[in-house]
Amino acid sequence: MTEETTAMPMSDTGSGSERERRSPIEWLRDQRDHRAHLFLLAIMLLASIVVIDFQTWLVLTISGVAMGAILFLMASGMTLTFGLMSVLNLAHGAFISLGAFAGGTVLAFWLDGFASSPSFLINLVAIIPALLFAAFIAGVVGLVFEKLVIKPVYGDHLKQILVTVGGSIILMQLIEVIWGPNEIPVTRPEALSGAFLVPEALPLIGGIVLEKYRLVAVVLGLAIYAGMLWVIDRTRIGILIRAGVESREMVEVQGYRIHLLFLGVFIAGSALAGLGGVMWGMYKELLTPHMGDEMMISVIVVIILGGLGSIRGCFYGALLVGLINLYIGFVEPRLAAVATVGLMVGVLMWRPQGLIPVIKV
Amino acid sequence: MLSRILSEDFPRSKTLTALLLVIVVSLALGPFLFDGIRAFTTLGMICVFIMVVAAYDLMLGYTHIVSFAHTMFFGIGAYGVAMAVDGMGNTFGAVLVGIIGALAVSFVLSLLLGLLSLRVKAIFFALVTLAVAFAFLSLVTQLYNITGGEDGMRVRVPRELGPAFRPFENSLPGIDVPTLLKGLLTQPWNIGQVWQEATFEVRFNGRNVMYYVLVAMATGVFLFLLRLVNSPFGRVLQAIRENEFRAEALGYRTVVYRTAVVILSALVATLAGAGFALINRYVNPENTLNFELMVFILLMCVIGGMGTLYGAIVGSTLFILAQNYLQDLLGWVGQYTAGIPVVENLLGKDHWLLWFGVLFVLSVYFFPAGVVGQLRIWSLQRRNRKSPPPSGPEAEPVVQT
Repeated sequence: MTEETTAMPMSDTGSGSERERRSPIEWLRDQRDHRAHLFLLAIMLLASIVVIDFQTWLVLTISGVAMGAILFLMASGMTLTFGLMSVLNLAHGAFISLGAFAGGTVLAFWLDGFASSPSFLINLVAIIPALLFAAFIAGVVGLVFEKLVIKPVYGDHLKQILVTVGGSIILMQLIEVIWGPNEIPVTRPEALSGAFLVPEALPLIGGIVLEKYRLVAVVLGLAIYAGMLWVIDRTRIGILIRAGVESREMVEVQGYRIHLLFLGVFIAGSALAGLGGVMWGMYKELLTPHMGDEMMISVIVVIILGGLGSIRGCFYGALLVGLINLYIGFVEPRLAAVATVGLMVGVLMWRPQGLIPVIKV
Repeated sequence: MLSRILSEDFPRSKTLTALLLVIVVSLALGPFLFDGIRAFTTLGMICVFIMVVAAYDLMLGYTHIVSFAHTMFFGIGAYGVAMAVDGMGNTFGAVLVGIIGALAVSFVLSLLLGLLSLRVKAIFFALVTLAVAFAFLSLVTQLYNITGGEDGMRVRVPRELGPAFRPFENSLPGIDVPTLLKGLLTQPWNIGQVWQEATFEVRFNGRNVMYYVLVAMATGVFLFLLRLVNSPFGRVLQAIRENEFRAEALGYRTVVYRTAVVILSALVATLAGAGFALINRYVNPENTLNFELMVFILLMCVIGGMGTLYGAIVGSTLFILAQNYLQDLLGWVGQYTAGIPVVENLLGKDHWLLWFGVLFVLSVYFFPAGVVGQLRIWSLQRRNRKSPPPSGPEAEPVVQT
């Protein structure tokens, strides 16, 4: 995003010789100030590798990145909605649950025959419709939700908080009405369950066990992040979104119907939340109506860490939260949630606008 | 006299006055007017939540600080008493130590939160408190060797507050109002029999003593907060709510005021939590710290009316009645819709919250001032229609959200 490019010149304009003359400490300080997200990520990786032995660390890191990828899917919609229209949607967690339930229905009831087959290709027949259906349902409900609940309270944060909390209760209760109050077990598709062993012969990483599903989550998360970056950085819609985040009025003045754009972003955000929900549902293999609410805390930490409205910030925030959860969870499981919130409070004390600030709240 | 007690902040609406009188009389004479353990629990909860919601309203309604950490302080109070009694035996000394310890912890935490609000802006603050409250909840759940984890803790209250203690030898007379009203409506011809059915004996025990302690606490806290919001301090809070920048420009240190409000509200919530532990005699994360409870407090505050302390009384009474009795009503409606597939499910007993949620969203749109605010607006309109103000509008502060 733009803040990246404005931050860059500080480190890049100097000629080669000038840069060599700078001391490493200065370079570090520069990194700390202008690339806080990378700086923090590097510190966390280095600190953890010292404490934890290498093979465990690698497994933890991959799992953490997988969790970060799922978190990113869930959080990206919320951060964009806030950035673009300064709408704080606290009902976002309900969309996560909704997606999980819609996708879970496809996997566990409608296409369970395909999902339990050992072949990956046949599994895909179940997985792809499940993902699409989850995104579709969450998107459609998002459209209705925006029209009915959020539109009347634009520009009033207090009312938005109240109304979306109310809307979240309604959605959650509707999920209970439709799917019943009990937990629904969802088994992962056959090809995605289980783990594979890295051959012993390989140096360093030989002998570690990686869960297949986590790798899939990492790949999918990275793919969607790349796709979103492409949309935001390279397409016309992306330009409009970025412009809208910076100044809504100016975009309106140019004659664009910002509300339509916002509606699109809201629907896409809800669909992504649904997608994240179904990924999370397959990860946990258990669906509860409150699973979205439980994730909301991590989602909120992610978007605050990254800076409200920033897609890049959201991605790095999700990585940081996913990693710290696993590292601290490995060392002392009880403190995982406290560490996550502690990280957020710490970052806020250091940078009140988040790691990659975009908008002034 | 009355004007002194209520700090000259009257209900300003006849309907509201009547409603408040009914609630206050019911609470004051509660154990003598309603029979059964369920009614007793409901009354106790209403007293506890009047305190909690009034304190929350001080933040939300009067200063427009949205905090989701209110249950955290409530839980600190409840767990403080529970843990002190657990460790030191069931004496009043232990209860006192628990309350003071909890107040101290709340003070420090709320001071930190208040100072954090220096750094971050309003909407960030809401999200940060949400996350902090969640971290606290998870900590309490995880540290099960101190707090009992998910299972919670039983609170062994001092003997004088338990059911075994009998201050009076004879049982006292009581009249069950619901039975009486039902009898009067269905068979008004034999009043004598209805009266007979409605009377019951109150065995006044330690739990009733605890209930009256709660009533006294709620009254004290409420009148104190009423005094506070109608003092110069309260006016500054409202100025901050309307326009923080301007309030600051007028020379008020808004940061000090905001922090003070956060701390004060946290301390009251802690006190209410201690009361809750003593009357409920059981605390667990679900009934003291849950996010759902936080949402309930928010609902009570908004439905009663933000920015009016009377709203705390009305809102918590309405909500807790709905929580306890709306299920019965839905069950009763459910008899008639039993055959219809979707409707049957929607009107199921377990989905009272769905209807309350719908009601809540609608009320935010159409009656943003809540029950109390709306009643006041209506009575103001009626008064204006009768005698149009001679010059300009009345100088009465209109309730705003």
